[in-house]
Amino acid sequence: MDDALKKKLIEAMTGAIVSHTDELTALDQAIGDGDHGLNMKRGFEAVLADMGPISAKPLPDALQAIGTTLVMKVGGASGPLYGTLFMALGKELPPEPTVTDLARALAAAIEAVKARGKSDLGQKTMLDVLAPLQVALAHGGTDLTKRLPEVVKDAAEATVPLRAIRGRASFLGERSVGHMDPGARSSALLATAICNTIGA
Amino acid sequence: MPASKNVGIVIVSHSAKVAEGAADMVRQMVGDNVPLAAAGGNAEGGLGTDVAAIMAAIDKAWSEAGVAILVDLGGAETNSEMAVEMMPEERRERIVICNAPIVEGAVMAATEASGGSPLAVVQATAEELMSA
Repeated sequence: MDDALKKKLIEAMTGAIVSHTDELTALDQAIGDGDHGLNMKRGFEAVLADMGPISAKPLPDALQAIGTTLVMKVGGASGPLYGTLFMALGKELPPEPTVTDLARALAAAIEAVKARGKSDLGQKTMLDVLAPLQVALAHGGTDLTKRLPEVVKDAAEATVPLRAIRGRASFLGERSVGHMDPGARSSALLATAICNTIGA
Repeated sequence: MPASKNVGIVIVSHSAKVAEGAADMVRQMVGDNVPLAAAGGNAEGGLGTDVAAIMAAIDKAWSEAGVAILVDLGGAETNSEMAVEMMPEERRERIVICNAPIVEGAVMAATEASGGSPLAVVQATAEELMSA
């Protein structure tokens, strides 16, 4: 993957988070502590600030660097969770990945995020977007960059009726029902930004 | 007894004031008998937790007997786990995150540590609060 595409991906991911910071904050205020938008913005702006050196690295190392930056800068639970996701992808992906590589690497990264968050599917978390995304990737087929944004959008919306049992939202119990999970939303935003950039 | 023989205590809160306040209470109980450090707030001084600050606190409170970490809410625990994993391998097995209320847990753990108890006992004493 050339440096220009890596830069575009970093810009697109950062742009998606920055332009939805208020929405992520509002979602998190409903069921968490309201810091998800600003935390993710801080993390990705730090990635963007380091975009030159990061994008000069081979893809696996670039992903590791993004993960480390998120761990160090985000400041909330989403830092280690997204950091783990990117670091695991970096560990699993070759420098020039195919769709098959992406599906396999994302499966491994999902396991790493599960371990980090001590959580599983159906618990109203980012995993509820990442898992359907992985299934669709593993299925493959044509027009993935067009279809995957729909998959993650639907998956994020499907977290609305779920009850949170992990994270701050779990304090709310039944009251967490009826709100979209902010981590699911941010995962969908990032996946969509990646698809739109690669498909452009 | 030199402080470094006793288990160290690290307090990790989303709030710098909570972390420092809990550390003050611990110091009042045990003086300088226990290596102690607090990490509170995110890197910008707002509410949150900071992996780099947690790692620095573990270093500051490091003892050959190990370190017990007390945390407040979700992100403090996740970021503390991350910090532990980023420590040198030979130290990792001697760092525990206690499942205990942060203020009471820190005071109980430090009191136990000041008597020279090993890490597992310090952790158990703090965690007893959850079943009391």
